[in-house]
Amino acid sequence: GLRQLVWRFQVSAALKEGRVTPTELCQRCLALIKSTRFLNAYITVAEETALKQAEESEKRYKTGQPLGVLDGIPIAVKDNFNTAGIETTCASNMLKGYISPYNATVVQKLLDQGAVLLGKTNLDEFAMGSGSTDGVFGPVRNPWSYSRQYKEKSTPKSHSEDEESNWVITGGSSGGSAAAVSSFTCFAALGSDTGGSTRNPAAHCGVVGLKPTYGLISRHGLIPLVNSMDVPGILTRCVDDAAVVLGSLAGHDPKDSTTIQDNFKPFELPSLPDVSKLSIGIPKEYHAPGLSSEILALWSKAADLFKNAGAKVIEVSLPHTRYSIVCYHVLCTAEVASNMARFDGLEYGHRSDVNKSTESLYAATRREGFNDVVRGRILSGNYFLLKQNYENYFIKAQKVRRLIANDFLKVFRSGVDILLTPTTLSDAVPYGEFIKEDNRTRSAQDDILTQAANMAGLPAINVPTALSERGLPVGLQFIGRSFQEKQLLTVAKWFEKQVKFPMIQLEVKRHNHDVFQHQKSASFS
Amino acid sequence: QPVAGDVLEHLEQLALVDFRDAEGVERLRRAIQFADQLHEVNTDGVEPMDSVLEDRCLYLREDDVTEGNCVNELLKNAREKVEEYFVAPPGNIPLPKLEERETFRQGS
Repeated sequence: GLRQLVWRFQVSAALKEGRVTPTELCQRCLALIKSTRFLNAYITVAEETALKQAEESEKRYKTGQPLGVLDGIPIAVKDNFNTAGIETTCASNMLKGYISPYNATVVQKLLDQGAVLLGKTNLDEFAMGSGSTDGVFGPVRNPWSYSRQYKEKSTPKSHSEDEESNWVITGGSSGGSAAAVSSFTCFAALGSDTGGSTRNPAAHCGVVGLKPTYGLISRHGLIPLVNSMDVPGILTRCVDDAAVVLGSLAGHDPKDSTTIQDNFKPFELPSLPDVSKLSIGIPKEYHAPGLSSEILALWSKAADLFKNAGAKVIEVSLPHTRYSIVCYHVLCTAEVASNMARFDGLEYGHRSDVNKSTESLYAATRREGFNDVVRGRILSGNYFLLKQNYENYFIKAQKVRRLIANDFLKVFRSGVDILLTPTTLSDAVPYGEFIKEDNRTRSAQDDILTQAANMAGLPAINVPTALSERGLPVGLQFIGRSFQEKQLLTVAKWFEKQVKFPMIQLEVKRHNHDVFQHQKSASFS
Repeated sequence: QPVAGDVLEHLEQLALVDFRDAEGVERLRRAIQFADQLHEVNTDGVEPMDSVLEDRCLYLREDDVTEGNCVNELLKNAREKVEEYFVAPPGNIPLPKLEERETFRQGS
């Protein structure tokens, strides 16, 4: 039945053959969103417009003229992308009530392909954070907290105590998007990735998280954090789906002059990928302090998988890796200081009632609108940009950035095709534990394996690999050469086929407290 | 090493964001301490990197009007407007000094 239609290409086939209609699909997803509301993955559910889009899609299928493989496919978008007519909040008081007057280019592209926009997903405020815990709408809960796999491994407590205190975070900042895909409420979701914000929650939620090369996908309409590092991210349940979504999004956008002008050709991945001719690099510095022994073992096993398939697997060095977080800290806060300057209350967003002067209006608006994390980064950024500090901090960080980027260049020039690394240091931690440390400390810890790829602008992908001893997802990361997404995704697909990551056995309570189990087969055809 | 009071005030004026309390000031101090690790790296002869796309030419389109005329849409999101103007309180009035501002360093 419908439950088996997990992967997009199965659903596309089903839609084409009329086994399911776009409206049925949309309604099912909307119902599932309602019954998984406790996850807090969605900030806004655009029920009316989604159903309208589904109806339009249905008309097209009936006349045998769907727009493409994405026609009728329900998707979700992180709430830092502008969506015309739909509230866009960035999980901040600063933008509560802000109705976008336009669609971000990536949103427009998906809609032009007939995708059905279910809603906007939750995040850390202004995408600053690695837990999806610091937004004004509250934290996102990892769907795996409610999986049979996790519950089986939890130390026995009373049933209600389990649910309420033991739930684990999604990671961040695109936690809502990751949770939405992981819990089957949509087939693909957009996230953003500046320091790992798509790959980190992908790893914790057991989904595929793709960070494309900087310059491949338009940022027009993505509310910016760090202009020189931000990219839209793609979250799906399998690598093939990520390739399809990438195909519909990539390419030059005249509205974003940081997109490259090369012609982008959408590609299909080989059904039987071959890695025997590749050289896989294992960067030793990614054996970072705090890396769990479980993940270390998985990483090693993965390397062996490639070796046994005939690939050349070698240890490489990226010597400046340990400085990427510090470098990011300075460059990010500096760009944030600049990007957040637009929020002054005059043209859009929150406006304070303070009326004495323009300056005091701005100051009060920003005090009221931004949380501590955002304000802290603005202040730090301005500090690093002061005349007396500019050379020593900002320019210095830009130089270190070049060193980091050059590390990758050297390794790729030496014949390595793809790098294999862990994505996170451990599996997802319980919320109570996560919030014991402050946002900056957490981000610094959690971004350590993902950040350097943003520094160098390289494409990278998280592939769900296995379950930890606690029954939670662990993923591994592949980093590729600039604009070589086809090769990157081919390797990722091969790896995905090898590891056969288990499907989540989600146990969702109905409001009459009966546990309703979603039966899912582990494999599908 | 604490940050000087005049620097704090200067930052608040520049950022138009206040530290609110001692915790905010401490957060800045820790952020600077963290950033100081950068000085361990030898960057002699290294050029700063603005963008990973530095080897490419930026796209420049023709100077033709391709969109616009969306005044109503743009004004929709503003709270205070008059005709086609955004309304702001009087400008050229500097922020009150630290001591005069009621909310500085007090929880609000």
